[in-house]
Amino acid sequence: MDTILSIKDLTISFQTLDGKVAAVRGVNLDLKRGETLAIVGESGSGKSVSVKAINRILPKRNTIYEKGEIIYENRNLLALSETEMEDVRGKKIAMIFQDPMTSLNPTMKVGNQIAESVLVKEKIPKAEAWKKAVELLGLVGIRNPEASANCYPHQFSGGMRQRVMIALSLACKPDILIADEPTTALDVTIQAQILDLIEELKVKLGTSVIFITHDLGVVAHVADRVAVMYAGRIVEVGTAEEIFYNPQHPYTWGLICSMPSMNTDTNQLYSIPGAPPNSLKVIKGDAFAPRNRYALAIDFEEEPPYFKVSETHYAATWLLHPSAPKVELPAEIKRRHKIFADMVAKKEWGND
Amino acid sequence: MTEQNMNRKPILEVTNLCKIFNAKTASEVRAIDNISFTIYEGETFGLVGESGSGKSTTGRTIIKLEEPTSGQVMYKGKDITKIKGREELLNFRKSMQMIFQDPFASLNPRIPVKKILGDAIRLHGMAKTDAEVTELIFKLMDTVGINRSYVNRYPGEFSGGQCQRIGIARALCVQPDFIIADECLSALDVSIQAQIVNLMIQLRKQRNMTYLFIAHDLAMVKYISDRIGVMKDGKLLELAEAEELYNCPLHPYTFSLLSASPVTDLILERKRKRVDYDVNTHKYPADVKAELFEVGPGHFVYCSEAERAGYEAKYKEKHAAK
Repeated sequence: MDTILSIKDLTISFQTLDGKVAAVRGVNLDLKRGETLAIVGESGSGKSVSVKAINRILPKRNTIYEKGEIIYENRNLLALSETEMEDVRGKKIAMIFQDPMTSLNPTMKVGNQIAESVLVKEKIPKAEAWKKAVELLGLVGIRNPEASANCYPHQFSGGMRQRVMIALSLACKPDILIADEPTTALDVTIQAQILDLIEELKVKLGTSVIFITHDLGVVAHVADRVAVMYAGRIVEVGTAEEIFYNPQHPYTWGLICSMPSMNTDTNQLYSIPGAPPNSLKVIKGDAFAPRNRYALAIDFEEEPPYFKVSETHYAATWLLHPSAPKVELPAEIKRRHKIFADMVAKKEWGND
Repeated sequence: MTEQNMNRKPILEVTNLCKIFNAKTASEVRAIDNISFTIYEGETFGLVGESGSGKSTTGRTIIKLEEPTSGQVMYKGKDITKIKGREELLNFRKSMQMIFQDPFASLNPRIPVKKILGDAIRLHGMAKTDAEVTELIFKLMDTVGINRSYVNRYPGEFSGGQCQRIGIARALCVQPDFIIADECLSALDVSIQAQIVNLMIQLRKQRNMTYLFIAHDLAMVKYISDRIGVMKDGKLLELAEAEELYNCPLHPYTFSLLSASPVTDLILERKRKRVDYDVNTHKYPADVKAELFEVGPGHFVYCSEAERAGYEAKYKEKHAAK
């Protein structure tokens, strides 16, 4: 698979009244054509900021692009002029957000909103654009699209609005769809429908997807590859199988163990102590070290580099250094590593 | 009832509870539609459902933030609708407290922790002198794991998880026996959720606390609850012990809900098949009486008299297979 988008050493800060906040600290990430890449992390880990930088929709007032580049079609998006960017934003790289109501215009019929996006891409008569809008509404599974196109956003439920948002983002047939927590505000049953819809459209239209979420269950559902972010840095990246069954970074362990699965049966839920670091302060060593029960002395001194686990799997933890001590893994992680070992032995990847 | 429950003392009995908003108008909403259940002392009762299912309204009605339209809520043998006057209400609230969903919105941003907790303590007369109040504040902060040196901080200076801990500390200051937790985890990050759940479990062990845990995250509800009720459109559709409900869901809605929630295991997740639910299943014509029937020991399903035998057979079949 070829790479469609490449983020290199992206570093972003925000100027605030309290000082400079380091939001993204050297992110490297490739998006392959046709894949779904999930970015997981807690709030404040920089996952949203990283992807908003791709479309350059961060507030200009106080955003500082310190370093790095975002390569798309052999051009650095961060170096494009505002007019050049307009040809990329929404047309080539579309985005859907968590709250569909704030992304839709409440005073405009949804049909007109979608038709407007269609007209941005192609110069066609308005009536035809409206027809296309109705088609798109049908594509995203809205029943009776002709009548629905005449409705206003408030007449729809949350799940339907998210469908409208997806229709809107697909109007220009983008190469890349960025979905920033698109199902967080929805009920599980509706969430399942939206996830299936994104998956189905991805296959049908050949779109590459970046999917941001904090829910590992959702990640398991959609992702081909997973990047785990913590305090502005990617701490582990790999295929979905590698992240779920062969996680190497203690933060990934914590994330996996702190979510009860339907068959968790212990008295104490594994929790990551403390809270994420204050990004106003300069971080010395590994940002996760103060919350890491496996932290080594060096973690407080020097930021770990990426250690290669496999061709597709990298993790930034000193535990992977050849001279690091062997640690006793949480039971759940041991169980998963065993599954992975079996998978490798059988060369079976679970996606039968 | 299972044997375990027979030895237990009911702490809260809800009977035929209804809450109708905008009654007798065009916009009538039957938020709670004739539900009944019992919560036993020291138990954690989970209530799950989608938004609009009436689970939060149930919690709010039990703690008297809403007045029921009809029906009865007995708490420790007393009808809560009969509570009259400030004195009686304060006494009731001393025993029952609530933790809310949004940790920021439920704390006054303009007063420091010392006053947030101190006001609650003074209002309920839990301590008299200033020294005693301060002592109690420190104790509460220790219990929920907030550093004592933060006592003069404002809510805005805390993270979401810390704010939720302060919300819990405020609920604990009257030493309640019963806590209603309404989606108290959904605004928090995954790693912080686990901390709060562990804190709640620890408190249950130490103080024999009873919880009504309202949430939509099925895995978390199963983890913390002893018994679980499933709500939809204001009706309680199924009620069973946590393990039982997950292993042997009988009502099609419960089945659909379980099948829709993603699991954190890749292989299981890729094999998961979602089952859609037909909302007409639990809507019966006016002449058919539907209610919650016990189709197996401790396992209740909302159905009509005619369907009852079918569910009983399904229960037996599923349990025979094990």
